[in-house]
Amino acid sequence: MYEAIVIGVSAGGLHALSQIIPEFPKDYPLAVIIVQHRLNDHNDFLAEYLNNLSNIKVKEPQSLEAVLPSNIYVAPAGYHLLIERNKTFSLSVDPPVSYSIPSIDVLFQSAAMCYQMKLIGLILTGANSDGSEGIKAVKEYGGLTLVQEPSTAEVDFMPKSAINNTDIDHIIPLKQIGRFLQQLEFNRVTHE
Amino acid sequence: MNKIDTLEFEVNMLLEAILFRYGYDFRHYARASLQRRVLNRVQLSDLDSVSDMIPKIMHEPNFFNLFLKDMSITVTEMFRDPFVFKQIRDSVFTQLKTYSRVNIWHAGCATGEEVYSMAIMLKEEGLLKRTQIYATDFNNHSLEVAAKGIYPAAKMKLFTENYLKSGGKESFADYYQAKYECAKLAESLKEHITFANHNLIKDQVFAQMHLVMCRNVLIYFDQNLQNRVLDLFKQSLIHRGFLILGDKESLDFSSVNNAFDKYQYPERIYRRSAYV
Repeated sequence: MYEAIVIGVSAGGLHALSQIIPEFPKDYPLAVIIVQHRLNDHNDFLAEYLNNLSNIKVKEPQSLEAVLPSNIYVAPAGYHLLIERNKTFSLSVDPPVSYSIPSIDVLFQSAAMCYQMKLIGLILTGANSDGSEGIKAVKEYGGLTLVQEPSTAEVDFMPKSAINNTDIDHIIPLKQIGRFLQQLEFNRVTHE
Repeated sequence: MNKIDTLEFEVNMLLEAILFRYGYDFRHYARASLQRRVLNRVQLSDLDSVSDMIPKIMHEPNFFNLFLKDMSITVTEMFRDPFVFKQIRDSVFTQLKTYSRVNIWHAGCATGEEVYSMAIMLKEEGLLKRTQIYATDFNNHSLEVAAKGIYPAAKMKLFTENYLKSGGKESFADYYQAKYECAKLAESLKEHITFANHNLIKDQVFAQMHLVMCRNVLIYFDQNLQNRVLDLFKQSLIHRGFLILGDKESLDFSSVNNAFDKYQYPERIYRRSAYV
């Protein structure tokens, strides 16, 4: 079944992630990989902050590190995060995409090619259209696409942009996303 | 056949064509970002597929130059990650001051921003006169930009902030002259810098170094190529010489891990071990 979830989030992300992250149980069998847009301040405050809320380990991955289940990975500030086909991380300092480094599109497109139908893509609150191309790629390669219900987003531009660009499988209010991701795996819910 | 396997095959063919025709070997680059760059080029040049790039690569050197340029464009700044430069100034220089002559190698210097950052710090710490900086890259276009030392004036605000955060002691504005949209760095900084073409993938060690700086270059390589390049650095460094990598890079998975100590780890400043 599914092996990984990629999450893209921008403005308003800290609150949204604080709602979702604590819901992943200790033995959650997927890898969770997050791009949160933020200033390039070169500290790992975000990973530390989320780790304090989480039942499973939250960290910034290094290049060449293997993507493992039951881990939450956060793209480091100032770097694009990509997944190689052999399920290891790589980083780049390529130019920003949609004014963003890390970029959601960059993560999602590489993850879509790696995991194909074993990938879940989720777009949350944000004020930028980054992620719209990425979620489209997740869909194209057979993955499951999820977007936060825009009326529950602090900034609805990013979820709306994703919905306008792709036929999204599930549009879910923020409060139900954590539960949805949990049940998805444990009930082995499939989608056609 | 699945679309992704087809794409991978096309990229492999492209890389073989480049190696055959021009001698540049990109086969051991990390694939995900290389593939992004290739696909961007397909789109920018209005081609239908990666396969369509192959005849153009074979027969149009200008098109290859365009691709080579694509492969070298990265985000870089003067004093990028000021905390790293601060640590170099505060602790590495203390060690370098014990030598009468100092050689520094910026491997993969791209457009030179970090090279000039280093030169400025060396100058302020009274080390520049006895230092020779070698700044190398495989891309002549990048080297030309680096040798000119001219950057967009709009970036000077960021560079100045970084300089101050890194422990800069003077007025940063004294190091450049702004004219129109451009800022040209002082000629005096260049006197101790040699810019030269060197390809980490195939060229050899060319001098003994006290410090090798190679930040955010290895992240583009697979493990095999990283090991080759790190072995070059190991050969090039003097006993107890310094190696500085990008702040998300490390020697942890590499074949030279035992040959280096972690000198200042958050900054990824390594030092050749004493006993190897």
